[in-house]
Amino acid sequence: MSNEATLHSQEAIHGAAHAHDHGHDDHHEHHEGGFISKYVFSLDHKTIAKQFLITGIIWAIIGALFSVLFRLQLGFPDATFPWLESILGHWAKGGRITPEAYYALVTMHGTILVFFVLTAGLSGTFSNLLIPLQVGARDMASPLMNCMSYWAFFLASIVMMSSLFVQTGPASGGWTAYPPLSALGDASIGSKIGMDLWLISMALFVVSQLLGGLNYISTILNMRTKGMTMTKMPLTIWSFFFTAVLGVLSFPVLLSGFILLLFDRHGGTSFYLSDLFVAGKALSNEGGSAILYQHLFWFLGHPEVYIIILPAMGMVSEILAVNSRKPIFGYLAMVGSMFAIVILAFLVWAHHMFVTGLNPFLGAFFVLLTLLIAVPSAIKVFNWLTTIWRGNLRFTPGMLFSIGFVSTFISGGLTGIWLGNSSIDIHLHDTYFVIAHFHIVMGVSAFFGTFAGVYHWFPKMFGRYLNNTLAYIHFWTTLIGAYLIFWPMHYEGIAGMPRRYYDYASWESFKQFSDLNQFISIVVIIVFAAQLMFVFNFFYSIFKGRKVTTTNPWSSTTLEWTTPINPGHGNWPGEIPEVYRWPYDYSKNGKDFVPQTVPLSPDEEKEGH
Amino acid sequence: MDAMSLQRKKIHPHKYSLWIAMGSITMMFIGFTSAYVVKRAQANWFTFDLPVIFWISTLVILASSVTIQMAVKQFRNRNMQRYKQLITLTAVLGVAFAVCQWIGFKQMNESGLRLNGPASVSFIYVIVGVHLLHVMGGVAALLIMFGRAFRTRVRTYSAVPIEVAATYWHFVDGLWIYLLIFLSIAR
Repeated sequence: MSNEATLHSQEAIHGAAHAHDHGHDDHHEHHEGGFISKYVFSLDHKTIAKQFLITGIIWAIIGALFSVLFRLQLGFPDATFPWLESILGHWAKGGRITPEAYYALVTMHGTILVFFVLTAGLSGTFSNLLIPLQVGARDMASPLMNCMSYWAFFLASIVMMSSLFVQTGPASGGWTAYPPLSALGDASIGSKIGMDLWLISMALFVVSQLLGGLNYISTILNMRTKGMTMTKMPLTIWSFFFTAVLGVLSFPVLLSGFILLLFDRHGGTSFYLSDLFVAGKALSNEGGSAILYQHLFWFLGHPEVYIIILPAMGMVSEILAVNSRKPIFGYLAMVGSMFAIVILAFLVWAHHMFVTGLNPFLGAFFVLLTLLIAVPSAIKVFNWLTTIWRGNLRFTPGMLFSIGFVSTFISGGLTGIWLGNSSIDIHLHDTYFVIAHFHIVMGVSAFFGTFAGVYHWFPKMFGRYLNNTLAYIHFWTTLIGAYLIFWPMHYEGIAGMPRRYYDYASWESFKQFSDLNQFISIVVIIVFAAQLMFVFNFFYSIFKGRKVTTTNPWSSTTLEWTTPINPGHGNWPGEIPEVYRWPYDYSKNGKDFVPQTVPLSPDEEKEGH
Repeated sequence: MDAMSLQRKKIHPHKYSLWIAMGSITMMFIGFTSAYVVKRAQANWFTFDLPVIFWISTLVILASSVTIQMAVKQFRNRNMQRYKQLITLTAVLGVAFAVCQWIGFKQMNESGLRLNGPASVSFIYVIVGVHLLHVMGGVAALLIMFGRAFRTRVRTYSAVPIEVAATYWHFVDGLWIYLLIFLSIAR
């Protein structure tokens, strides 16, 4: 039988067996014949992972480009750039970004990067790729819902993207969409149809997240292979599980807030609006409260921080252990600390609202709960450092980005302690200190986790390696650049420089930061260029990268490396491997590593493994 | 040549996903009712009686829960004729519930309790309306069950779809009872 014929017959078996596995009523039998069903409306979790990743990369380029544009304004507030007008038209009249465009760019930058890149792009990619592969499942619990999850995200993307092209521009009231700017169509130019499109897009996005989350939880709890007990799951899986739990419980609350907002915009209700005058004319709304929106928003908004960072934490834990050739330190403490983070994430939302007139007693309560998160976070940092301590380190690009993650998580986390204190937060609120804090801890850290994941699992996704030289340049430029961008912002914030100001140079007290802001903007452009280099490396390597020749290139213990180099739909051609041990048996009994599929020796059984 | 092994599953994936989805939907209504509680504590809260038809619709949806449960039992016993009757009755009751809610909205509107009126009234429209949307999802599932029951060529006798539909229907029923009690007490 020729190779091609063998391949076809294997695919047929995969399809038939997989359909049988899920029962006749599931409607997701595989017909992998056509391009459309194989690459567009694919039901294979690995293809859906790639779809999320590539869409996420496109969004990341757009979101980052927006930050480069508004940093031009912040770095060079008095300069004009005639080429801007040729690109942005009336949004950059005379070569200078208009205030309306500036606020739209800031809003879209935040929305895109928080939701479309670091939530959908990060979690969508790696949860999809790794959950079935690492727990030993043929696919997700419901491949059809999984496919719908991506396409709901894609639709959300189309709607959000289309808002960039409407005459009045996209939403411009900030990524948090606080009313009244978001609730009143006449509040600003960005409150018009751009805001409606923003809300529709976000509703679709929430649907996508819920469909994905249901699948992740269901697959992890219900479809693990024989022997894969909860305590034998890799930390990546634990992190994806907790992320999905956070998502399915907090996104619906955000959706309820958005529904009320839509009624305020178009139904004449007054959930968030009260006692307002527009152009001297009194509106009929009364009894509403914008603070109510903030409660509903931040009930998602704070868990969202962990929805972004938890998957990165899981992947970094895995990559640090693999490339230190050491067992992860404190596995159960790692799981326990993630669980504690999940519980606390739901109880701290009001620390975003210390300046809204919150009762000081209530404020003290939220301070305490907020600071408590430092404990599980510190446990995780301690365990990462102890894992690499005296390890036989391999500085692969994935490992470097993982170490970079730990570094930025520490520096970003420490400033979180400042902001968690209501007394300090009242001074620092809405200053560049806040920008610096959250960009380092949930922007840069999460991106470092993502990059670590992409570099580490690229061979599994595409059967090729990324170029290492470009990867090292990418890492060092990004690490140094990130600190050069965000470290100085802490000082600006402490000195009181406010965020969201279009033309800070009009204030004498903030003019002193002109040189610093110019420096930051130049570094932003350099770091952006480094990201474009990564994008080039990514797409070039998919087709031209060095081919993977072994199924387990990193000498890892987890199940995804027991599949063929390019696994088909169904993942394993024969039996799904059985699991006997935890995923971190490195440097054990004289062996470099022992895969999870190797049965325990009689001695190990005696020791009670 | 290798053949692929079966996938280990403890519970049917659709049932598992449904339970998680119900948790998620519950959180959305917790969001709504929490917002309601916060608003109710503020000044100028307007109190009014819920339309009587909402109580009648409660009886209708309760009855539909009984009929769908009986339908599941008949399906498991392969008593398909009786199953068809019960699933049809459930679908009719589901549509009747939706009609009752719609009449309730009309009555409120005609008595001057408009969507753009006081927040307490707006909340009723939004909360009951969003619940109704979820009920309509269930009605759509029931209509699919109804269509399948009368299909001449039956491919499978798997009870999973009807069990999933029944669980969801009980959920929207329970959710409505919770909402009705909540909206009656926290007026």
